[in-house]
Amino acid sequence: MTRIRVFVPTPLRQYSDGLDFIEVDARTVGEALGKLTARYEALQRHLYAENGNLRSFVNIYLNDDDIRYLESGVATGVKKGDEIRIVPSIAGGVSQAPGTMNMEFSPDEMRRYARHLIMPEVGPAGQRKLRQARVLLIGAGGLGSPASLYLAAAGVGTLGLVDFDSVDYSNLQRQILHGTSDVGRSKLESARDRLLDINPDVKFEGHELRLTSQNALDVLDDYDIIVDGTDNFPTRYLVNDACVLLGKPNVYGSIFRFEGQASVFYAKDGPCYRCLYPEPPPPGLVPSCAEGGVLGVLPGIIGALQANETIKLIIGQGETLIGRLLLFDALRLRFRELKLRKDPACPICGDNPTLRGLIDYDAFCGVGQADAQQSQQTVPVITATQLKARLDAGERLRIIDVREPHEWNICNLPMAELVPLAKFPSQMTSFDQDDDIVVICRSGRRSAHAVRLLQEAGFRKSYNLTGGLLAWSDEVDPAMPKY
Amino acid sequence: MRELQISPSALLVLRHHVESLYPDEACGGLLGSKDSPENLTVNESAPLANAELAERRRRYLLEPEDVLQLERHAAAAGLRVVGFYHSHPDAAARPSAFDLEQAWPWYVYLIIKVDQGRADELSAWRLADDRGSFESLAIGSDESLEPEGRAR
Repeated sequence: MTRIRVFVPTPLRQYSDGLDFIEVDARTVGEALGKLTARYEALQRHLYAENGNLRSFVNIYLNDDDIRYLESGVATGVKKGDEIRIVPSIAGGVSQAPGTMNMEFSPDEMRRYARHLIMPEVGPAGQRKLRQARVLLIGAGGLGSPASLYLAAAGVGTLGLVDFDSVDYSNLQRQILHGTSDVGRSKLESARDRLLDINPDVKFEGHELRLTSQNALDVLDDYDIIVDGTDNFPTRYLVNDACVLLGKPNVYGSIFRFEGQASVFYAKDGPCYRCLYPEPPPPGLVPSCAEGGVLGVLPGIIGALQANETIKLIIGQGETLIGRLLLFDALRLRFRELKLRKDPACPICGDNPTLRGLIDYDAFCGVGQADAQQSQQTVPVITATQLKARLDAGERLRIIDVREPHEWNICNLPMAELVPLAKFPSQMTSFDQDDDIVVICRSGRRSAHAVRLLQEAGFRKSYNLTGGLLAWSDEVDPAMPKY
Repeated sequence: MRELQISPSALLVLRHHVESLYPDEACGGLLGSKDSPENLTVNESAPLANAELAERRRRYLLEPEDVLQLERHAAAAGLRVVGFYHSHPDAAARPSAFDLEQAWPWYVYLIIKVDQGRADELSAWRLADDRGSFESLAIGSDESLEPEGRAR
């Protein structure tokens, strides 16, 4: 005989004087249970059926083993230190036709999505759709930040992210996916950490690549919905065309300074980006955010709108921005809306499309040509290093900065003169043709334009600072702020 | 008639659980305070997977391992398992003969009728001492039972 403990489950403790375990002397499991019911008679009818067998919902564990699965069952011998546990299983139900099983939510998911689940427009069905959805965000920047944060929080099952950049200090003013400690890390790594912290159930798929005509269809094809957060025209046309060719909705957003736009381009049900903008603007006409600036909160608003539209597309509720262009002015705080029509002559989604595949988008947007023009079309140049050497040698150079006054206030070369590009044509007539003139701007783009004007007006000794003040900062003076 | 007090959030969670699984039966645990001697208060409901495989539309089953795990979860939250809930898809919120046959004493059994996908009737029961019948409990929803620190 060995003394062992028999643990009593809470529902039966009312019959064991409230004790959670009883010590009995026994050789087998069956004997121990017999001693228990002998001592506490009321336990008998709850543990055993009329036929004397253990009830089906009463489970006896010897240490970690259910005795049902032990060779000798209740006759299994016990040794010192063994513990017997009575463990409930719980069963019940009604009589009805048998059926198939549904997907279900874990208790964690029920808690996490409770605010969604209580709304009939989302509910369990919508939440399931969110969990099954695969969304690809192009760009982990200003727009991709809020969009991905909210989509992850909403329980979108798979989030893909395309980016090849690393986090820079100048991103932190608006790209809230990344923090100060992420500066220098790849944006994808930083995004993965942040998004999985918000919702560890999200499956994160990083695509560390530049989207091109060669890879775009492959990358996009794996997803249901594409969220466009790009900052340049070639990629925007590329994403649009790939979405049309693949038949996927493109949740579009763009931002500049204080103004934003959002729409959903879904060629199946409405217009595409090309129906709205058949051709890109001439290169250089529309400055990028890097050149023109952007209010940090603006992408927060537009990116959140993109998340909103994406969620509605997934759960199939409400009216999406298909066929509508939303214009937002942050400075005046105005939302305006334009009706968009599908263009029957659209080269990609029209009645007789001429584009059957992806094209060279840099060429289409004139990006390469503009660069080629700048460097090849007889615009004499000077590098930052050369300029520094000539200044150090005491040469007399006239340096004209064609940026805007507020840019000048950020950083400048003390020996330079400020002549904003708009005033340049009228002021350049006062320059002396015998002087060596170096024209500078932030990146070398606007100044190339100015040098071309000078050259055409006969200023043979005019030069463009290649790479602009950015190059000056890189090559000559790291203390020169980059913006 | 004795009254079962249940927190609004526990009701919310179990209601959506049973609706989301319709037309299958859904089941889960009811967790209450250790300090309630009557054992008639429910602070939280814990949706659990129905281990019944063959007849999910008319049966539910929680394996002993599920119950042990739920007890551990409850203990970690400073609570204890006071009972279980399950749904009756398109059938009255009354215990079936099978419910009675399978019932444990002391535990509260909450039954939710799910009519065409909507939870619309709720009843609470406790097994009588003689195992021959269920005692019906009134149900009250009590805000004060909300787990602390949870946003409303």
